[in-house]
Amino acid sequence: MSFDDWALALHVVSAFALVAGIVCFWVITVAARSADTPEATLRLGPVAQIAGAAIGIGMGGTIILGIWLAFSVGGYDIWDPWIVAAIVLWLLAAALGRRADQAAKPAVRKAQELQSAGRTGPDPELAALNTASGGVVVQAFTSLVVLLILVDMIWKPGA
Amino acid sequence: MSVLATVRPDSWNFPLFLHVLGATVLVGGLLAAVAALVAARSDARLLRLGYWSLLAVSLPGWLLMRIGAQWIFSKEGWDDVPDDLVPTWLGIGFATADIGGLVLLVSLVVGGIGIYRLREGKGSGLLRAILVLALVLLAAYIVAAWAMAGKPD
Repeated sequence: MSFDDWALALHVVSAFALVAGIVCFWVITVAARSADTPEATLRLGPVAQIAGAAIGIGMGGTIILGIWLAFSVGGYDIWDPWIVAAIVLWLLAAALGRRADQAAKPAVRKAQELQSAGRTGPDPELAALNTASGGVVVQAFTSLVVLLILVDMIWKPGA
Repeated sequence: MSVLATVRPDSWNFPLFLHVLGATVLVGGLLAAVAALVAARSDARLLRLGYWSLLAVSLPGWLLMRIGAQWIFSKEGWDDVPDDLVPTWLGIGFATADIGGLVLLVSLVVGGIGIYRLREGKGSGLLRAILVLALVLLAAYIVAAWAMAGKPD
């Protein structure tokens, strides 16, 4: 395998890490909807950390190796429409991902406050934060944008 | 390889998309299962979450990946190629898809019994055991993704 073959393989593995992280966050989102106690909410924290790490590896790997491949592989250029579209979509996914992350924080903060105060039972405010739809909508848009990147990578419009 | 990618007929794109989408969902379900089962220790909610990630996410992902694989395999004409000429990367892909599918099914059966035992208060050992299977599957599918993309000789 040449260096470019390795770069392509790791670029694809990074894309898998990115999508896997997003899928993992959907699992957490669904699980959080039935969490109304601080413990049940905070228990999802380590799962979210693993999902976040996968997304970090995925976002970094896809953009760094993708740009490398655009310059290195013959027949492709960085200004090819499908590559420009992928970079724009990647930036959009990064911005939406940050907003989705921010949207999840109030529930975690509330759960930590309740736990510090020794209130371990079900809490309606915490349950409402865990089922808030704002973060889910942003997460859905993030997933849609990543799906569009996948479509762009396979169909390569304008290539 | 880049030349092949450039000249890939449009009719191959949709089956390839299904294959890749299914594979990423499969890996996502496995990652969620592993993360939940690792974090669970003896927490019943997280143990169940790990199992349901395998059943409701990884299994549909595997089905989509395998259907897409067979479709693109046929589109690319590999079924007309003698077995000894089938490239290594394709062999790795099929082996991990099929053996992995079997391991996934075993995990689901063992995990299903584990869920039943958990409900009956008989311990969570079986659900913790499927963590090992899910970890092996996750590693195998990451290697498969690397092989399918890098196409080693």
